[in-house]
Amino acid sequence: MSTTNIILCGVGGQGTVLASKLTAAASMAKGLDVRSAETIGMAQRGGSVLSYLRIGECSTPLIQSGCADIIIGFEPAETVRALSYLKKGGVVITSDRAMMPVTAALQGSDYEGAKMTDFLKSLEGDLIGKLVIVNTDQALADLGSAKVMNMVLLGAAARGGFLGEVTIDDIKQALVKKVKPQFHELNFKALEYASV
Amino acid sequence: MHKEFLMGNEAIGKACIAAGVNVVAGYPGTPSTEVLETIAKENDGSVYVEWSVNEKAALEVAAGASYSGARTLVTMKHVGLNVASDPLMSLEYVGVEGGMVVLVADDPGPISSQTEQDTRTFAEYSKVPCFDPSDAKEAYEMIFEAFELSEKYKTPVFMRPTTRVCHSYQSIDVRDYAEYEDHRPEGFVKDSKRWVIFPKLSYANHAKIEVRNEEISNEFSSNERNVITAGDVRKGIVAQGISYANVKDILDNSEGDKPALLKISTPFPFPEKLACEFLKGVDEILVVEELDPYIERHLLLVCGKYGINVKITGKLTGSVARSGENMPDLVQKYINEFMGWESAPCALPETPELPVRPPVLCAGCPHRASFYAVKKAMKGKETIFAGDIGCYTLGNAMPLDMVDTCLCMGAGLGIAQGVGRVKPDTKCFAFVGDSTFFASAITGVVNAVYNQADMTLVVLDNSTTAMTGHQPHPGTGHTMMGEFTDKIDIENILRGIGVETVVKQDPFKLDEAVETVKKVADEPGVKAIIFEAPCAVLFKPETPYEVDLDKCVDCKMCIREIGCPGVVLKDGHVAVDPALCNGCGLCSQICPCSAIGKAVKG
Repeated sequence: MSTTNIILCGVGGQGTVLASKLTAAASMAKGLDVRSAETIGMAQRGGSVLSYLRIGECSTPLIQSGCADIIIGFEPAETVRALSYLKKGGVVITSDRAMMPVTAALQGSDYEGAKMTDFLKSLEGDLIGKLVIVNTDQALADLGSAKVMNMVLLGAAARGGFLGEVTIDDIKQALVKKVKPQFHELNFKALEYASV
Repeated sequence: MHKEFLMGNEAIGKACIAAGVNVVAGYPGTPSTEVLETIAKENDGSVYVEWSVNEKAALEVAAGASYSGARTLVTMKHVGLNVASDPLMSLEYVGVEGGMVVLVADDPGPISSQTEQDTRTFAEYSKVPCFDPSDAKEAYEMIFEAFELSEKYKTPVFMRPTTRVCHSYQSIDVRDYAEYEDHRPEGFVKDSKRWVIFPKLSYANHAKIEVRNEEISNEFSSNERNVITAGDVRKGIVAQGISYANVKDILDNSEGDKPALLKISTPFPFPEKLACEFLKGVDEILVVEELDPYIERHLLLVCGKYGINVKITGKLTGSVARSGENMPDLVQKYINEFMGWESAPCALPETPELPVRPPVLCAGCPHRASFYAVKKAMKGKETIFAGDIGCYTLGNAMPLDMVDTCLCMGAGLGIAQGVGRVKPDTKCFAFVGDSTFFASAITGVVNAVYNQADMTLVVLDNSTTAMTGHQPHPGTGHTMMGEFTDKIDIENILRGIGVETVVKQDPFKLDEAVETVKKVADEPGVKAIIFEAPCAVLFKPETPYEVDLDKCVDCKMCIREIGCPGVVLKDGHVAVDPALCNGCGLCSQICPCSAIGKAVKG
């Protein structure tokens, strides 16, 4: 069965849900079936969030370990946390910017994003077939907005051909319907930003 | 029909509108909340929708409307059903006129609840028929059938999705507006022999209900949602809800001889005849279900009743975990063990240590300031801080550590009184949010005043029901029909009950707040502090604060005392994250060096 299994993960409030909804809308516009699931409720701001997205025929929105074609990670430690979902040789697209949890600040421990991205790099060519690390600080400086990181990551996934049949043009068409006109240009720029 | 990408709860809400629902009432609770919100959002004015003060009130409003011939929906989470159980148990005996669906969302895990209770078991206890959807599509279609069954047998009917059905999205076929049903209720028809519950009526109706439920059991046996998929061997799996979806997905992607599969979508009254048919084709069964071993118990019963010799395995035999969710990896393990299939080796390299991210109170949350003020004021004293249900339960996290107990909605008041009865020298506090106050804390105040308890009630009034996504309540001054009403004033209620000392206080004025707590807590009897400040998520952040590194001595008191996510360590030094800071200024009032001040733009 040709189901495309996508994991989107990050920290609450980073825009994983919009990225997931856009991909779903783009898939539906192509006549494909979509299922998705995400964390809602107590895990609000600051908690780990994980969305499952499955394009094509399937019975459950949930994804088994070792079955995700791609992980789109909005935060490097969250990307590492979700790695068990990745199928061998799968794709990982991740932001490199670490989000410090309060607990780390309390314990006085500095949590380093570089440790996570180094770990991911060490798996490239083995578990990870294709790794794209986006320099988030640079991207945000170039784009001039902190709100479009989700589009940078999603754009990289679509342009790399990692969202099954869904292309970057499909995402753009879905975006036009969901996002206010004044933000179209910025979002388009973000979608095209990262090199794949 | 047309396709829409809908959350399970949205699908249920839309189906109710398409089924011509007339009256909808509920109380918010994860994972049920979006059902009523969807109906309110899509309402063209023809449906009456309300957030009731609690689940009991919601069910009673809906009962009255159903008596009057209206199609009604009541929404709640599973623990809300405990609150609504008093009217529901009796309502089942009395019956309804217009179709009534009681939507109860269960929460295996539990992901955001106090208990892992199973509404299917409650259905059996209360004798109320129950539907159990496995995805958003089935939930949408079932709503129409649930209303029809309710009207056919004049009984309330449960619709009980679980979290993964409520909160998963799916592209599904939904009705066009032209296909919507239209129900015009005729109004209440007086008939005291029908609507007034007396022992004689209960006795007669009880007998009728038992006969009727046998009839519905037979009807459910031929319900095509309870589907049998033939297998290649004399082994079978029985599953429900999201567990069924996970089992089916695994079997569809497996090779070799497969077990037979039975899905139970209508757990009560249990479709015995269908179960018999399935049992006859197998020697051994694995039941994959979440929460109670409900189906498993019924299969055991059917085996005994009809003399069928089949081995039933599941939760009761230790083959399936008794608690928690049946996530796909676990289900794969259960199926592998049952079928004797080999498990694929898992070869994930050891990962570096990952940061833990427990949920915390938001940056700028007024509850943090309130808790901190009480903590400072009561330092060194013997205290009990009884918490309650809401965002403020998160006040238990370090470093605040200000929630000693949490039981259920409104329980903090009683618990504070009880602790005080055992050790009268303890300063007893009960913290309760504004929505919880209206829902179920008022009785606790009356009890405390009447029985002359010695305690301090702290109302954390942020003018909304924050935890479940900001629903209005009696103190907010607006309704789900979009009307503005007079706000019901908490201070007036407390004074009306006889609480003489009621002080309103802004929690962000730290020194003043600490003094208020000290003063109020020293008075005898029942007294109250209402900390008033709106939920931080609901208003635009003020100018963020920043740390003056020339003045900061890195004592980290700001981090150690209040644990605000907006105050972080950057390159080993304290810094305020401007993207998170809400500008509440609590940290600046704690800093002993006056090193934190409002950021200067430029």
